[in-house]
This record gives sequence, structure tokens and C-alpha cells, in this order.
Amino acid sequence: MTAYTATVTVRLKRGVLDPEAETTQQALERLGFELSDLRSADRFEVDLDAADADEAADRADEMAERLLANPTIHDYEVAVAER
Amino acid sequence: MTVSVVQFGGSNCDRDAVRALAHLGIDAERVWHEDGLPADTDGIVLPGGFSYGDYLRAGAMAARAPIMAEVREAAADGVPVIGVCNGAQIGSESGLTPGAFTTNASARFQCEPVHLRVERADTPWTAAYDAGDVIEVPIAHGEGRFEIGEAAHADLVADDRVLFRYCDADGEVTDAANPNGSTDNVAGVLGERDSVAVLMPHPERATLPDLGRSTDGAGILEAFA
Repeated sequence: MTAYTATVTVRLKRGVLDPEAETTQQALERLGFELSDLRSADRFEVDLDAADADEAADRADEMAERLLANPTIHDYEVAVAER
Repeated sequence: MTVSVVQFGGSNCDRDAVRALAHLGIDAERVWHEDGLPADTDGIVLPGGFSYGDYLRAGAMAARAPIMAEVREAAADGVPVIGVCNGAQIGSESGLTPGAFTTNASARFQCEPVHLRVERADTPWTAAYDAGDVIEVPIAHGEGRFEIGEAAHADLVADDRVLFRYCDADGEVTDAANPNGSTDNVAGVLGERDSVAVLMPHPERATLPDLGRSTDGAGILEAFA
């Protein structure tokens, strides 16, 4: 078994309104920053032991499917690195 | 008929629901989620609140609590199930109904009376109304914007699963009458069976005459009578 960190990034599907990001962008602009757009995402770092990187990725993928993301509104990606 | 009002940590409309049901002469009791559904459960309310502090997404944690497997099983057997507000979020997160409820377009928590147009009168939840009736029921949520992909929305409409839409006092479904940016002004939807429904507005807060302006929500809860 090898120790991995699986990083699951969950973001809204393109086209789904993100009022929190819009509000954050407005606050940055109020502070004087110039920006054209802002998107937010949630990142989960999952430490786990697995036989290989593929198995670690598969398990993190299932975590995203079953809880971390809501497929109606979210896309997600999984990246695995040895810890 | 004994209605189980499922209480999670952070539920806060469970007592309101029991009281509103009692007012209608319906036997109801609060059920702590860890205790499981009582054997004599003939109806289920997933009440409003902030279960698990809305961690991850509103309703996401409660939707994965073991009792929800029992709720889904009961729903599939035809037991009437309604999710209100946080209960609607739990219902959609658990797959009882299609779509998702997410952050209001305003990015604000909104607590206000709204008008709903009854889109289907041939369900247990709307037998007290006629299709097209306008009822006044309050909302109180920060994450009530109904989202559903385009294809799933087309299916929802084609299958006639929209139960309520936000409308103005005359029953017109307009952008101005949409409090939270919900797709197609959807305020409540049906599951695979008509006996399963979720809605963001609070019928239990528009049932007791002493609470004030509207008792229009009573008809929804009368499904359990």
C-alpha cells in the first residue's frame, strides 16, 4: 500500500449562476482591484492508502460522485499524488 | 395515520410541523433520525432548518443519514413524503426528487411571503386546490434557487412534475415574482410518485390562524389527513 493525497476539486458547471463568486468579485472591485471575472471552487484533500494511484483516484472519484459533488450543478476533477 | 417528522441535528421546523398537523387533526410525532422510522409511519415530513449546519451543501449531510434509506424505501412503497425548505434540500440531495436547491440569486437569506401557483391539483398535496389557484406561503431560505440541467428540466416539464411555481398575486409567473432566481420559477416538484414532493416555501407557517396573514398552506398538509 502507498500513501496518497487525492485532491478533489468541485466547481459549478459552466453556466450555473454563482452568486457567492459574484459577491466576492464585487468586494474585490470595491477594494480597487480590476478583474474581468472570478470563479470559486471547493477543494478537498483526502489522505488515503491504496495499492496504486489508479485505485486512489477511483476511490476519490466515488467520494465525489456520492457526496462531495452534486452532479446536477457540479463538475469535479480528481488529482492524485504520493504523500 | 401517524406522520413521522424526521428531526436531524439542526432541524428547527419540526415542532412547527407537528403543531400545524395537530391543528388539522393529524397525528404526528417527531422522530430523531438515529432512532429510525417507527413501524406505524404512514406519512413523512422532512422539516425545515439547518441540518448539520448546512455543511458542504444544504441538506447534503442529512441526505446521507441512514434513516434516509428508510425514507426512500417508504416513498417507493407509496408512503406520502414531503420535504419543506431544508427538507426539500435533503429530498433533492437524496434523490427523492429531481434538481437541486442552491444559493439564491440575490446571495441573501430571504424571509418573506410569496405567492405560489398550483400547477397540479391532482396530487395528494394539492387536492384542496384547483389548478391555477394562487396561494400565499412564506419562504425563509438562503439556498432555494432551483437548478436543473436543460435536458432534465425539459423532462420535468414534459412529465408534469412541477407542483408549484412562484407567481404574482394574480397568478402570473414572472421574473419579478421569482424570489430566488429559480429555473422556470419552480418552487416545488414531485418525485417519481405524486405522493413524494418537496417545496422551499413553508406550508406549516401558513396553517395556524393565530400566526397571521395566511392559512393557505393547510391544504398541502391535509394530504396526511
